[in-house]
Amino acid sequence: MRVAVVVFPGTNCDHDVLHVFGGLLKAEAFPVWHRDTDLQNADLVVLPGGFSYGDYLRTGALAKLSPVMQSVKDFAAQGGRVLGICNGFQILCESGLLPGVLLENVGRRFLSQFVSIKVEPSNNFFTSGIPAAKVITCPIAHFQGNYYADPATLSDMEKNGQVVFRYSDASGRVAADDHSINVNGSCNAIAGICNKAGNVVGLMPHPERAAESLVGYVGGASGLEPFKVAVGA
Amino acid sequence: MRYQVLVRLKTGVLDVQGKAIETGLKDKKFEAFRNIRVGRVIELEVEGLDKEKAKAQVDEVCKLLLANPVIEQYEIREVA
Repeated sequence: MRVAVVVFPGTNCDHDVLHVFGGLLKAEAFPVWHRDTDLQNADLVVLPGGFSYGDYLRTGALAKLSPVMQSVKDFAAQGGRVLGICNGFQILCESGLLPGVLLENVGRRFLSQFVSIKVEPSNNFFTSGIPAAKVITCPIAHFQGNYYADPATLSDMEKNGQVVFRYSDASGRVAADDHSINVNGSCNAIAGICNKAGNVVGLMPHPERAAESLVGYVGGASGLEPFKVAVGA
Repeated sequence: MRYQVLVRLKTGVLDVQGKAIETGLKDKKFEAFRNIRVGRVIELEVEGLDKEKAKAQVDEVCKLLLANPVIEQYEIREVA
């Protein structure tokens, strides 16, 4: 399993992702600079979190123009697996590889805290096999994490099983209007989505930061689980 | 040729900056202001293209980068 981790100027979660795939799951994980167009026969491409291009204009807007993104688009079009975490999710939305966009958090604050996210019934390379309704506890760290799509797009996504994770309480209860649970105000409490084919997944939370007990995995399901699914471990 | 692109959030899309401004003004007893919406002005100078082509390319880059059609609308103005 070869995992390409794309690095843009301002990316800062690349080493966490390389550690999870290369260190913990023993995949062949390697960085790819955003000016390169060769994905080096990757089986999975990850756009990690950070602040690509300093979040200029809109989060993820300038990163979508980087040369590597044409290769990522071609790769995804051929069914290749693409995962975007946090800023990576924002880049996938801006690129049109995923529907919708991430707006500023409803409470106008940068949110850096642990959240619970509930696995939704969805057919994709990141959570298929994890029982739906399972709750994963992991950190978020974002100012623009408020998922938005117009009502028609949202209803299509719900119908197609494109919602991968929702913000919930520790027991798995979802309440979109309760901003103590749906902390950034996302439409339908959406924390992560996939495309129709299930080969492109994006999420705002950082399960890679809760993949080991050393860094705060505190019971329930570990953040490592979806990464295990992704590499077939 | 010089152009101004005005980018605005579409009606109904939450504008947290506008909300923050409204709250700040209220704190200073300016209580009459409602629905404050924050947009962005982008100025571009175009060289070496005729007017028709210039306008077409400004429109193209609006769609490509300057505005996100999911949440924003834009307006192009030619300025002297």
